This record gives sequence, structure tokens and C-alpha cells, in this order.
Amino acid sequence: MPAVSKGDGMRGLAVFISDIRNCKSKEAEVKRINKELANIRSKFKGDKALDGYSKKKYVCKLLFIFLLGHDIDFGHMEAVNLLSSNKYTEKQIGYLFISVLVNSNSDLIRLINNGIKNDLASRNPTFMNLALHCIAFASEIPRILVAGDTMDSVKQSAALCLLRLNRTSPDLVPMGEWTARVVHLLNDQHLGVVTAATSLITTLAQKSPDDFKTSISLAVARLSRIVTSASIDLQDYTYYFVAAPWLSVKLLRLLQCYPPPEDAALRSRLTECLETILNKAQEPPKSKKVQHSNAKNAVLFEAISLIIHHDSEPTLLVRACNQLGQFLQHRETNLRYLALESMCTLASSEFSHEAVKTHIETVINALKTERDVSVRQRAVDLLYAMCDRSNAKQIVAEMLSYLETADYSIREEIVLKVAILAEKYAVDYTWYVDTILNLIRIAGDYVSEEVWYRVIQIVINRDDVQGYAAKTVFEALQAPACHENLVKVGGYILGEFGNLIAGDSRSSPLVQFNLLHSKFHLCSVPTRALLLSAYIKFINLFPEVKATIQEVLRSDSQLRNADVELQQRAVEYLRLSCIASTDILATVLEEMPPFPERESSILAKLKRKKGPGNLPDIDDARRNVNGNTEHSEKTETTNKVTLVRTASAYLLNLNSTPTAGASLLVDVFSDSSTLASVEVSDENFPRFVCKNNGVIFENQLLQIGLKSEYRQNLGRMYVFYGNKTSTQFLSFSSSVTCNDTLKNHILSTSSVDPIIEGGAQVQQILNIECVSDFTDAPVLNVQFRYGGTLQNIAVKLPVMLNKFFQPTEMTSQDFFQRWKQLGAPQQEVQKIFKAKHPMDTEVTKAKILGFGVALLDRVDPNPENFVGAGVIHSKNTQVGCLLRLEPNTQAQMYRLTLRTSRDSVSQRLCDLLSEQF
Amino acid sequence: MFISSQFMLLFSRQGKLRLQKWYVPLSDKERKKISRDLVQTILARKPKMCSFLEWRDLKIVYKRYASLYFCCAVEDQDNELITLEIIHRYVELLDKYFGSVCELDIIFNFEKAYFILDEFLLGGEAQETSKKNVLKAIEQADLLQEVCSD
Repeated sequence: MPAVSKGDGMRGLAVFISDIRNCKSKEAEVKRINKELANIRSKFKGDKALDGYSKKKYVCKLLFIFLLGHDIDFGHMEAVNLLSSNKYTEKQIGYLFISVLVNSNSDLIRLINNGIKNDLASRNPTFMNLALHCIAFASEIPRILVAGDTMDSVKQSAALCLLRLNRTSPDLVPMGEWTARVVHLLNDQHLGVVTAATSLITTLAQKSPDDFKTSISLAVARLSRIVTSASIDLQDYTYYFVAAPWLSVKLLRLLQCYPPPEDAALRSRLTECLETILNKAQEPPKSKKVQHSNAKNAVLFEAISLIIHHDSEPTLLVRACNQLGQFLQHRETNLRYLALESMCTLASSEFSHEAVKTHIETVINALKTERDVSVRQRAVDLLYAMCDRSNAKQIVAEMLSYLETADYSIREEIVLKVAILAEKYAVDYTWYVDTILNLIRIAGDYVSEEVWYRVIQIVINRDDVQGYAAKTVFEALQAPACHENLVKVGGYILGEFGNLIAGDSRSSPLVQFNLLHSKFHLCSVPTRALLLSAYIKFINLFPEVKATIQEVLRSDSQLRNADVELQQRAVEYLRLSCIASTDILATVLEEMPPFPERESSILAKLKRKKGPGNLPDIDDARRNVNGNTEHSEKTETTNKVTLVRTASAYLLNLNSTPTAGASLLVDVFSDSSTLASVEVSDENFPRFVCKNNGVIFENQLLQIGLKSEYRQNLGRMYVFYGNKTSTQFLSFSSSVTCNDTLKNHILSTSSVDPIIEGGAQVQQILNIECVSDFTDAPVLNVQFRYGGTLQNIAVKLPVMLNKFFQPTEMTSQDFFQRWKQLGAPQQEVQKIFKAKHPMDTEVTKAKILGFGVALLDRVDPNPENFVGAGVIHSKNTQVGCLLRLEPNTQAQMYRLTLRTSRDSVSQRLCDLLSEQF
Repeated sequence: MFISSQFMLLFSRQGKLRLQKWYVPLSDKERKKISRDLVQTILARKPKMCSFLEWRDLKIVYKRYASLYFCCAVEDQDNELITLEIIHRYVELLDKYFGSVCELDIIFNFEKAYFILDEFLLGGEAQETSKKNVLKAIEQADLLQEVCSD
């Protein structure tokens, strides 16, 4: 068929194409095109009406220019005009231009629609077909499709048009009576019609499977007829000795919309079909042509997909697996690729998982010898899918060794996969640590944050591996050039667990520190920040290197570092190491608490990368085997946010806002009372106004008792911590905070042992000095760990102004003389209040004595009244106080009057004492 | 989920597009970017490599015939081998129609190449897999042309 002479050649077009091809340079080509565009534009705009042929020719030229990669912004109108031509060729070119160049959002669509409608309504089947080819609408189509008198080729077009419409705008073609009849097209005599109809039915069945259930039996019947037919039966639908491969694949695809047929006969007929297809794969090829084997195997792979989809016939699954196993060593790269891909899904079926595993050596070999990266990628996927506890070590080792030479494009994914497998199937966590460190060594650049965060989480949560991890990172860091990720992991682990290997002189604290610090200057800012945190942890772990580290922190390159984060850390850590007592250091820099178990962040990342569908289902099935990995969301201990948790989370997560964490670290030393989150207990506080001993705090775990003595401006308080449980309190620490005015009142606090045994009591001594008069009370902060959770308790300590009273005896005359001297309005504070307790004279007397003043007998003319006198001793001054309490038993009221030389003292004392009656 | 292509590209060894047919609505800009990226990716591959590759979320099936690459993008679940044979069948159709087709035929008669493709695939689905039927349809159309131009 000498085609070029066929139809009507357009000479102008051919000349133009030749011209373009003869252009020597890109510039010349562009010039020629611009010339032609100008020409066409002027022709289209010209006064003379163009005949159909010219229009067609110019529209064709525009199409060609578009194909060369140039933008076409005119000519659409002319193309639309061509649609209404009554000459086939002109119509055809019009449709072609529109289908290639016009997007569905164009405003020309209306005009185009008109043209198409006209053609659809015409009696000319060729015109109808042209219209259907271009189409994007019409509720007419179902009618055309199922009408008895429609030509086959039109039916085919109509079916695929409907499919298209159904996918793009399903509301245009409502389901109706035609749907039932569409299914019967599967029985059509014309295989072309069946092929097109199968595509349509598959699409519809995916959307509403129930409506098309009847298609199952018809599809099985059709498939059965095809696979059992002799290759010549189907005439032109036989493709290289394979009977109707496209239709077979489509039928098999349609069946994948449904579960295995319930009807036993139907089911066995389908199984027969599938077996026949598997058998045919074993037959000698009928042709040496690749098209023969491709078509045959296309059907075979689709059959295997159906077998996997049904996942119910163990024999078929195993046969499929064996067949794929043969392909793994086939000389056709395409087949090896597809076999690997298909086996990936087989590996997730419980029936064939073991069968897939037998091919491990072949797959590993593919990893090593395949020359095509996309095939190797499939091999990696398959190894990942077939991995279980029995072969994890081998697979991980192979993946690691492949990683050394792997293509850059797939390294990150392999790293993630290795990390996941190592964690999921680790029995021995030293193996896990080794694997991850190897990962960093081999492909450090591809180890994402998630991976190295995860190894740290696991090491922190498993104390059996901490010593080994410390030793291994220490050794790995010896390498002259190690990856920055290794420095991060190393810094973190040594900071936490360096003490576990410090006993060996080869890894003494100083050696560890020097090793880490030797990497410091080569690292990026976030890593340096992490190392600084490791250093401060060292100060806590190893007091002997404190001076060395302080020296490093003090150097200008740290304290004046241009990076604000590094500078802040250096300043704060240096200060922390200088001013904090060992107790406070131990609290702040305590070992990290275990992380709450949750889904591995790496797995989440891989899922994000690949989409959940691509992860073998077996993951979920096996997940529970390894108890450690995936407890679904446990109760988060993190809602008890404690200082250590927050501060150390900050040490880990370098990207979080630094200020929040930093201010927390500072808070320990700030003078305002800390820990807004912990409520300060002051329940028992008032009881201590008039007495010095007793229980100030008690809960289910802990009792805090006090015993105090005061002399002039000095005081000493014994604090007793009683462990009421039978379990140890760990990491016990306490500190006292005061507000500004009370700053210097607490002279010293003795240290407490960090462990309180069950049932034991420990004592702490506070020395107190009253510098000047004050109102607020100091707060005692207690922290300890009980059963895994950190407890925080804050108690208001009963250190109040009246504790520094010295009683003064005086005569009636002296008293009233003094009383008058303190007559200025601001010096007297008076309060009248209702009695809260029975008005017992003896009790009242005891309370006034307990308050600290001398009770003066027979001074007041009214014997019912009480008067007292005393002097408040502070470091700076002494303040004389007189008080008078007048009870009114009838009204159950008191009037309390205080006169002192200082108004603030009067007010405070009045407030304290008035609460006691 | 169907044996349906998203788009089909024909390009030369020099990376010149000879034919493009899109079955999914995409803006011109996206189309250009996709063709450019894909042509580069495929030209970089060596002859013995496999005919399939994962590219973004699509499967690319391609095959080289003489100086022309035929490239088809299908969805993840689609059957690669049958797509490869779709390409081959199209080449056969071109070959039969033009008589030992060469790149020049497709350049000069691109509209015919489109018509043949449209007879064979509709909306990305194989409409008629019989070589005879497709060619018959094209012949009829040509006949119609001759009648009209007479």
C-alpha cells in the first residue's frame, strides 16, 4: 500500500515540512516557522474567504508547528469551522486539531459540541465515528451502544466513549436499563466489540460491583472459550499464535473486581482456565518471535494477578510462584523485572510466602548482577517483602553490601528498608546497633534524621544494649573520617552512656571527650549544638573532666560564637556547670527517660515515600511477633511534662524552638518560684504560724515533716522526707526557691541522697536568716522518680516573719507609753473578725505565746483582753511590736490590733495571727 | 486499573517529539514538562535495559524501533507486557499502511499516523485489536477522501 499517494496529499504542507527539515540551525527553523505563522495568520484574517482545502492545509500546518514544540494560539476557530464541512477529510482534520490542541476548559467547547452533535445525528456511520472519537459528552451514546442495528465499529467507539465519560463526568450518563444489556455484549460475536465492552464493564464494575455481578459468569465463559480455542480459531484476533491476548487480559482484569465466584461449577471452570494458562507457559513456544512470548506472558501475569487477588487456592499460588521463579533466571530482562515485581505481592500471601523464600539466592544474585537499576530496585523490594525472622540477618547483610555500590537514586530507600528490617527482626539488639552504625558508615548521607533518632530511641529504651552501643560508637568514632551522622549518634550515646565504658582506661572520660571534640570543628551547627549538650552531660557524668570542658566552653569560639544557638548553649552550660550544685546538675542532666513506644518513625517515612499500598501486608501480620516494636499508642507518659523530659527532648530535637527549651533550663536557677505546672501545696501552712514542728505535706507516696528552731534573726529547719511506699525513690532531689525579697534568707541546704529506700526517712537541713522583714514564704521543690514516672512536689515552707520574734516582758506603764508612741495611723493595723474556733482562753494564750510574743498579764484594764510584746530580729534592724486581742464572746468576734514601728510588719503580723482564732 | 494509557509519545533518538497523544487532561505546561523529562530519562537508558520503568506514579513502557522511540504511560496496576504489544501492534499498523514505515513517513504524514492511532486506541483503551479491521477502517476513510476530493 503506497500510502503517500493515498488520499489527497497537501503539497503546501509537504513543502513546508521539507523546508523545516532542511533548516540548518534552530534559528533558521524558528525563522521559517514565524514566517509561516505570519502567512497563515494573514490568510485567516484576509478578506477573501478561504475554501475548505486551504483551511484544512493551514490547520494542518499549525498542527505540525505545534508538534515541533511551539505554542499555537490561533486557528481554533478555523478548525471548528472544518467540523461543519461536509467533506470527510476536512471534518477529520478539524477533529484532529481539536482533539490534540483543545483542552476541555476552552470556551470553544460549545461550538465544538454543536459540530459533534450534528455528526452524531447524521446517518453517516463514518461521521458518527469521527464524532465519537473526539467526544466528551452525550447521553445518546448508551442508546447507540445497545441498539440492535448499530454497526460493530460504532459500538466499539461508543463503548469506549462511555467509559471515558464515566471516568470524567459520571453524572452525564446515568445508569439505566442499558447497563443490563451492556453486560451481554460480552457474548457478542465480534471480538472487537467484546474487547471494548470489557473495558467499559470493568470500569463500571469497579464503581458499582453489585450492578455488574452477572458479568462474572459471562467473563469466565468467554475466557474459557478463548484459552481452549486453537490458535487459528480467532483469526485476526490471534496475535502471534496467542488467542486474543488483549481480550484475555481485560477479562482477567474484570474478574479482579470480584472475589472468587461462589458458585462451585463456575469456580472450578475458572480454576481450569487459570491452570490451562499456567500449563501453556510450560509448552514450547509456537514462535521464536518476542511478540509471541510477550503476549503469552502478558496473559500469564494477569492470570497470576488474579490468583494473588483471590488468594484462596494454595496450589495455584505455589504454581504461580514456581513459574515466576523460572522467570527470575530468564534471559529477557523484561521477564525478570516482572517476575520480581509479581513475587513481591506473592510474598504477602500466607500460602506462598514460604515458596517465595526459596528463591532468596536468585534474588540476591539479581541484586549483584543485574545491569539495570530498575530491575535491581525490584530485587530490593522483593527482598524486603520476603524478609522474616529466619532470613533477616542474611537479607540485611546483602542489602548493606549492595548499598556500597547502589545507585544514588535508590540509596535512601534502601537505608530506610534496612533500618526497618533491622529493628523489626532484631532478636539481639547488638546486631541492630551494628547494622545502623554500618548504615551510617556506608551511606551516611542517605541516613535521614528519622533513622538516627530511632537508633537513639531504641538504645535509650533498652538498657541491655546501652553499654554495647557506647563501646561500638566509641570504636566507630576512632575512624579518621567519619560521617557527621555518626558524630551525632556518638555524641548523644556517649553523653548518655559514656559512663558505662569509662572504666576502661582506653576509653576514659578524657579520652572520650577528646575524641568527640576532635570532630567538633568539622561539624555543622546542629551537630555542634548536640555535642555541647553531650559535653555538659559529661560534666555531670565525670566530675574529673569538668575543668577541661569548662575551658572549652569558656573559649571565645564558643562563648562568642556567631551562631546564636551555639553561643546560648555555651553560655548556659558554662554557667550551669559553675553555679549548680552536683544535685541540681544530676537532676537537670539526668539520663533520658524512656521514650513512649509508638510506630517507628522510619516506617512512617517509608509509607509516605511509597504509599501504603506498596508495603506488603505481611508487615502488619508479623508486627506483633516482635513485642518490642509496635505497641500501638500506649498511654503517653509525656503529658506529665517534667523538666527533665522537656529539657532533654530539647537536647534531642535540635530544630525545635530553642527559646522554649532554654528558658526551661534557666528556670531551675531563676529566683521566681519554678514549675508553674506544679501546684504549690500550702494546705498546712497556717498551722505552722504558732508552732514549729509537724507534718507539712503528705500524699500517698511521701510525707514531709518539719522541725525548726529560731534564735533572733537565725533559724534552722530540719526537713524529713519519708518514703511511704515499699519501692525506692530514684533520682531524689530537692531545692528551695524564694522570690526576690527573700533572696538571701535561705543560707544553705544540705544535700540529700538521690535514693530513698522504701519505708525509709531522710533528713535535710535548711539554714535560714532573716535579712529584713518579708511577706512571702519560700517554696520547697521535691522531685523523684517512682516506678518510671517523675514526681514533682512543691510545698510552701512555713518560714514567716513572726518566727524571728524575741518576747519582751514589760510593765503596764511601759506598755501603754510605748503603745501611745506608736500612734501614727500607718503604724497601727486593726482587724475585726469572727471566731473560727471555740473561744477558749487557754488555747488563745498558747497561740499568742506560740506566735512568739510575750503575753503580758494584768496589763490591760480589761482582764478578758490579751496583750503581748516582742521584737522582730532581722539582720538589718529590729522592730518592736505590741499587740492587743479583744474577744467578744457574745458576738463570737475578736478585735486584733497591732502596732509596730513599721507598717509592713504590722500588716503582715496582723494577717498571720488573725487567721489563728 | 485498566489497560489504558495515560499518554503516548513518539520521539526520535535526538529527542524530537514526532507524535503526542494525551488521554488525560493536562495543561500545556505540564505536558511539555512531562515530555521533556521523560524523553531525557528514556534516552539515558542503555539498549539492554528492561522496557519498563517506574516514573513518578506511572509505569512507563517503551520500545525503540529503528530511530524512533515509542513510549506509553500506564497506571500502576496495568499489564506491562500487553502494553508493549499495544505499541508493537501500532507499529505494525503503521508499517502495513505506509509499507515499511520510516520516521520520515510519520513526519510528513503525521495526520495519518494520528488517524491510525485513533482507530486503534480510543481514550487510551484498545478499541480494535484486529489489524485487518483497523486497516479496513483507515482504507475506507481514505476512499472517502478520494471520493470527496474528486
